[in-house]
Amino acid sequence: MRRYFGRKLLIYGLTFFVAVTINWMIPRFMPGDPVQSMLSRANVAQPAAVEAMRAHYTAMFGFDLPLWQQYLNFWGSLLKGDLGISIWLFPTPVSDVIIRAVPYTLGLLIPSILLSWFAGNRFGAFAARRKWLDNTVLPVGYVLTATPYMWLAILLAWALGIVAGVFPVAGAYGFDLRPSLSWEFLGSLAQHWFLPFASLFLVAFGGWAIGMRNMIIYELEADYVDYLRALGAPARLVRRYAFRNAILPQVTGLALQLGVLVAGALVTEIVFSYPGLGHLILQAIQNQDFFLLQGTFLFIVIGVLIANFVIDIAYVLVDPRTRTGMGGAA
Amino acid sequence: MRSGERNEALHFALRNRKLVAGTIIVAVLLVAGLAGPMLFDHAPNDYVGPSMAPPSGEFWFGTTTFGQDVFAQFVYGLRSTFLVGVLGGVLAAVVGMVVGFVAGYRGGWADELLTMLTNIVLVLPALVVLLIVNAYLGVRSIGVQALFIGLTSWPWAARAIRAQTFSLRSRDFVDLARLSGVRTPRIILREIAPNMSSYLFLTFILLFGSSILIAASLDFIGLGPTEGVSLGLMLNNAARWSALQLGLWWWFIPPGAGITAIVGALYVMNVGLDEVFNPKLREM
Repeated sequence: MRRYFGRKLLIYGLTFFVAVTINWMIPRFMPGDPVQSMLSRANVAQPAAVEAMRAHYTAMFGFDLPLWQQYLNFWGSLLKGDLGISIWLFPTPVSDVIIRAVPYTLGLLIPSILLSWFAGNRFGAFAARRKWLDNTVLPVGYVLTATPYMWLAILLAWALGIVAGVFPVAGAYGFDLRPSLSWEFLGSLAQHWFLPFASLFLVAFGGWAIGMRNMIIYELEADYVDYLRALGAPARLVRRYAFRNAILPQVTGLALQLGVLVAGALVTEIVFSYPGLGHLILQAIQNQDFFLLQGTFLFIVIGVLIANFVIDIAYVLVDPRTRTGMGGAA
Repeated sequence: MRSGERNEALHFALRNRKLVAGTIIVAVLLVAGLAGPMLFDHAPNDYVGPSMAPPSGEFWFGTTTFGQDVFAQFVYGLRSTFLVGVLGGVLAAVVGMVVGFVAGYRGGWADELLTMLTNIVLVLPALVVLLIVNAYLGVRSIGVQALFIGLTSWPWAARAIRAQTFSLRSRDFVDLARLSGVRTPRIILREIAPNMSSYLFLTFILLFGSSILIAASLDFIGLGPTEGVSLGLMLNNAARWSALQLGLWWWFIPPGAGITAIVGALYVMNVGLDEVFNPKLREM
């Protein structure tokens, strides 16, 4: 088991290293000059001011140093928690801007991932090999999982928000409210949270339900199922054993899907102008705020790595084979 | 495959409703994307009609706030969506196959190294990496978009192919080929790949669908191709120019429906093909 976690941590450490290196490399080796594009955005007329700004930004990126030193400095400031200054919200540090947005993204992501995973697995297992349910669930599931997150979000916002007028379609709470612990504020928060949550939940739910349904069908072909049936075990019991085996690939699947789910949350936030990381990314792109964009990238990578590690721990808990060192997938 | 087996596969393929339905949907949309643009003598982004007109005989899908023909944009968009799907899917499949075959067949340190690489790319959230890369690209095109999508979405395919190769590696016919002095690339191409051809094809279909979805998200965020149209860009424009608030449903429903139809049909085709290739799954 120590070997298992050791290997995992090595991979995550290397991934973090690669992510930081990508983050450092892209502005330096991509075609185009980030300093130039920031200057052109600032739209300053006086040549003296342009020169001063150019010098400022060049020093900020550290472009005047040799490459290896730039790279070491990059790590140095990163380890001090310094991600640079946001240009969109000048002069707030990028890390502050991100920390303010993170709770909103987590508040959407964690419930939608967990609930869709549990509900989808239950439902998929229930539908497998039940002809009528199977024939309805399957097509609906495929349509849901093929739906781009932002399109379902747009449809929900339009149908329930604008046409029916039941839910608000922008922001995380009413524009007339200030964050506080009052019932009014919490109610408004919940109301604004529901539609983005629902669209994330539905798309992910379709995927899990199909995955589970297919796994159960494979499991029901297995020898141990025939054996149980031959012993005269009740169908409920057989299904329960099949479920316990079929859940393992779904745990691994959760780790594999994290990137897609995060991406889904980002575009959903953009649709609803929900003030999480997706909204930051949009603003960063529209304002050419590269520091903010890169900071958000690193934050998301770290979040995904932590989530992966949590899933690894969960896998050990549900699969006894990894505990006794007998292998098992992961 | 012997001809008898091929006929059998065809026999089941034509009777598999999922496969037939999925193929028809994909084929219809493909034809619309290939031939549709020829119906128009104007470019998709030209201002040709009245502003905000609902669907009519003249403009089948209505017009945008600026008087652009939504139907023209839709068929041009289908074309770019298929293009990005095919290019991204093929590239990801090729990388995944090379990595998977070499890791699975060679084993040893090559396997260790490639598996490590696969796991690293697998854990990195693809879309977020693509965001960064595309944000720094001044001019973006569908080709470059597909290139980067392909380079980031291969890992799960590599992992699956490696596992399959691993199980085929020690079969008698592979041993025989090795004993008779056949070189490694040839063993992989002639002995191993054909024995998992159906699996490789299914992998490609899934990669095709996922590149379309990733490209749509990128376009929606505003990092799509700088010139031209795509279904994702249409969604982006509709959201940006408040089609929702103005009630222009004909602007944002067709592009999303197009993406969903293509990707959903691909997935359903995938299940159908799986049933054709795998007799255990042929049921009901």
